[in-house]
Formats: sequence, C-alpha cells, structure tokens
Amino acid sequence: MRHIFSETWSGLRRHISMVVAVVVTAFVSLTLFGAGLLVYQYADALKGNWYDRVEISVFLCTEATLGDNCTPGAGVTDAERSLIEETLTTNPEVASVEFETKEEAYREFQEAFEGSPIQDSLTVEQMQESFRVKLVDPQQFEGVVSSVAGLPGVQAVQDMREILRPLINALQAAQVAALVTSGLLLLAAALQIGNTIRMAAVARRREIGIMRLVGASYAYIMAPFLLESLIAGVLGVVLACGTIAGLVAWLTQNPQLSIQAGGWIGWQEAGIAMAGVAAVGIVLSIVPTLIATRRYLRV
Amino acid sequence: MIRFDDVSKTYEGQRRAALSNVDLEIDKGEFVFLVGQSGSGKSTFLRLVLREYRPSRGRVFVAGRELNRLHNWKIPGLRRQIGTVFQDFRLLPGKTVYENVAFALQVIGKPRREIRQVVPETLELVGLDGKGDRLPEELSGGEQQRVAVARAFVNRPRILIADEPTGNLDPATSVGIMKLLDRINRTGTTVVMATHDSTIVDQMRKRVVQLVDGRVVRDQARGVYGQQ
Repeated sequence: MRHIFSETWSGLRRHISMVVAVVVTAFVSLTLFGAGLLVYQYADALKGNWYDRVEISVFLCTEATLGDNCTPGAGVTDAERSLIEETLTTNPEVASVEFETKEEAYREFQEAFEGSPIQDSLTVEQMQESFRVKLVDPQQFEGVVSSVAGLPGVQAVQDMREILRPLINALQAAQVAALVTSGLLLLAAALQIGNTIRMAAVARRREIGIMRLVGASYAYIMAPFLLESLIAGVLGVVLACGTIAGLVAWLTQNPQLSIQAGGWIGWQEAGIAMAGVAAVGIVLSIVPTLIATRRYLRV
Repeated sequence: MIRFDDVSKTYEGQRRAALSNVDLEIDKGEFVFLVGQSGSGKSTFLRLVLREYRPSRGRVFVAGRELNRLHNWKIPGLRRQIGTVFQDFRLLPGKTVYENVAFALQVIGKPRREIRQVVPETLELVGLDGKGDRLPEELSGGEQQRVAVARAFVNRPRILIADEPTGNLDPATSVGIMKLLDRINRTGTTVVMATHDSTIVDQMRKRVVQLVDGRVVRDQARGVYGQQ
C-alpha cells in the first residue's frame, strides 16, 4: 500500500506540468459541462413555464365572419355553442375550458389598444366569442384542435404553441448547443488525460516490465495510474463545482438577474449540475486511463 | 517441473514456426542449458514458460499448472514461482542495489519486516554484501548481473530462467555468475539457461538441449556445447 502511494506521489511530482494541464483542462471542460447542465435546466424550466400559460383558443362565428363552418350572415347558434363546449369538456386531454363573451373580448380589446386610434374601430357586436382551453399535456394539442376544428359554428382554432414555436425552437437549439459544446470539450479532456497517462506509462515501462516479470498483480500495477488520474479528475471536479456554486450564488443574490432567472435556477438545479459534473469527472479520469494503459499491461 | 507436450509456436504474421513439435520434460532441481543459434527458438521457449505467449499448438505445463488453461489473472501467481535473469540486467537505474532487490518483493505485497530480513540475506548469497547502497551505474557488469540474480531469487522461486546471462560479461566474470547459478541450483531450484557460450556449457557438464530452427535436435545429459 505504502508503495502504491509513494509511486503515485512520485508520478504526480515527476510530471507536475502535465498534471496541472490535465487538472486545468478537466476543470474548464467540467465547468462548461456544468454550465451546460444549468442552461439545459433553465431552458426546461422556461419551456414548462410557457407551456403552463399555453392555451388553445376556439373562436366562434359571428354574423360578419367567414369560414368553412360558418353560415354566412348568421352567427353561432346556441345549440352549436353547447355542442362545442360539450366536445371540449368531455375530451380527457382538456384540463379546463373557459368561455369568453363578446363583452369580455371587447373589454380586453379596449384595454390592449387604449389610446390607440383603432380603439374605437370595433363594436361589441363585431367581437368574437371564444372558448379558452387549457390542456393536461401542452404537447398533445393536435387531438383537441382536430376534434373541434370541423364543428359547425367554429370559425377558427388558434394554438398558442404556434406562436411560441420559434422561441421554443431557439431554446431547444441552445440546449443542444450547450450539451454538444461541453461534450466536445469533455472529449478533448478525455484524450488529454489518456495521453498524459500513456506518457506516464511509457516513462515507467522499465518498472512495469519488472513488475510483470516478478508477478505483481494487474491491480497493483494499475493502481498508481488510476490514483494519479483520479486525483487530477477529483481536483478538476472540485474546482468546477466551486465555480458553478459561485455562479449560482451570484445569480440568486443579484436582484436584477434573479428576476430574469426568477426561481428557475436555484440550489436544486445547481446540485443536479454538480452531481452530473462529479459523475462525468470520475468517468472522465478512469476510462481513458484504463484504455491508455491497456497496451502496456497486456500479458 | 516444466513439460512441453508437442508444442509449436508460430508468431502472428510469420510463416516459419519459432518452435515446432517440441517434447521436453525438465524435472525439479535440474540444471538445463538451452543452446542454439540466434532465432533457433530459445527465447520463445523461455517466453512460453513465462506465459508471455500461448503456444499455437500443444500443451505447456509449469510447476503443476497447464498454462494453456491458465486464466490471465492467475499469471502473476505463476510468475512469482519463476525468477528471471536477462542479458541486459534490467535494473532500475534510479534505485540502489538494495531497493532494486526489495522492489521485487514490494510489488507482490510482501510485508516490510520480511523484506528487511530477506534482501540482505540474498545480497550476501550473491556476494554483494556491503554494496546495498550503491547505484547500478557504480557497479561492474558482473556485479550488476549479480543484483539481477538476487532480484530473481529473492522470492525463492522454484524455477530460475536465465536468458544469455553471461552475454554481456567477460569470461572470468561469467564463471562467477555460473558458480552463483550453480549454487542456486543446489538449493533445489530448477535452472533453465539459454546461452551461446560454449566454454561455459563445456565446463559445467550439465544437461544440454540443442535447438535448430525451432526443433530439438539433441537432448544430452552431462553434455557439451558442440555436436559430438
């Protein structure tokens, strides 16, 4: 045991600059990986937040509206309206249905365009009645849309997801970009660790040759290399986790930023990111070592 | 102690067999010279004993184990029963004589107390007492080879393999090494030595196995180097 530790220590000292390079690479790539995990979670939280507000609007016919399901010159009938409502409320995908009257729509219009020249351009009668539908699963909107789109008295069905789609696409792209970028950096770090350990193995190949010859076990020969890369990996993990913790502390304590990140990035998310960083950091240090030394330890 | 049953070995990518149809049995406590020109298969024979390679055909038995069936993780156990000496000594340059010999015991996990006792004993046996603090570069070739022999023997192996151990030494020094190997042999250790050195073989009058192109062409008790 003493011998393994002294070999590890002398190995670390012998190529200290390489070890520092490995620690720095591991640190930077793991930090970016952790930041990537935070961005990913932030984007998820943001998406969830938007989806919570997403609703489907079913606009009903008026005397003036045109549409495949509207009778020209006549608005929606009471029978048609209650059939539409029943169709919506009995659909298991629907969480809630609210009815907006012409008066309510008019009031909303007035508020939205207060002081604008078009504020007075419409009358109450010209406004459309609508059903505002919230879904159980915002992703599953097609079924609900198609169940009412063809009913008589429905002028148009508008899904807010369509409006949010470009934003959500951008968020998803950001998620992918964060993961791909940190993945590439992690790959570079893995290769560097592999190379460093390979060089250490070459530097010690006399010792390794003699150890094999006198019957040292593989675990024994391997241990200094594994310990060496593990120490470098753990240092990288600690530094990366510290940086992530600092970043999250700054985000949550800075009032202006915390409005932006409002409650979506907190210590729970930071914990998940750090756990991910630790797991990846350990794998990152062990796997390249096993691969790099396999050649030198082959029987 | 060592048995080859119709063993052939062909290295990957080579047509000619390094060993062909070798049948050989070496008993416990024997001293055997393996003679033959370079490329005749001497080193391949020794490497098969050490299980650095598997035979292409046939079966190899060493110290009661069939090496063809030996799991990889059991190879270290096999090698702890075999001491090995090479032409080029293979000492660790940064370590003293004592540390070089102790290294062989440290890496197989022997307790420190045992190491502190056994290493000086072995250094005395090989005639290096008082030189434990020297570095290999401060020693003559003969002394360096004695360190290598001490390292090979320090764990009291049942078999000692020597691949051209006198190849880098002058005749007078070689005689010293041979006396040492003979002394180790007398403790009951089986010694297998590959060599080119006809003078030594002729002087020792031990069993001689001659290889030509990977085949055993002569196996003679109390033999000499050349054909008779």
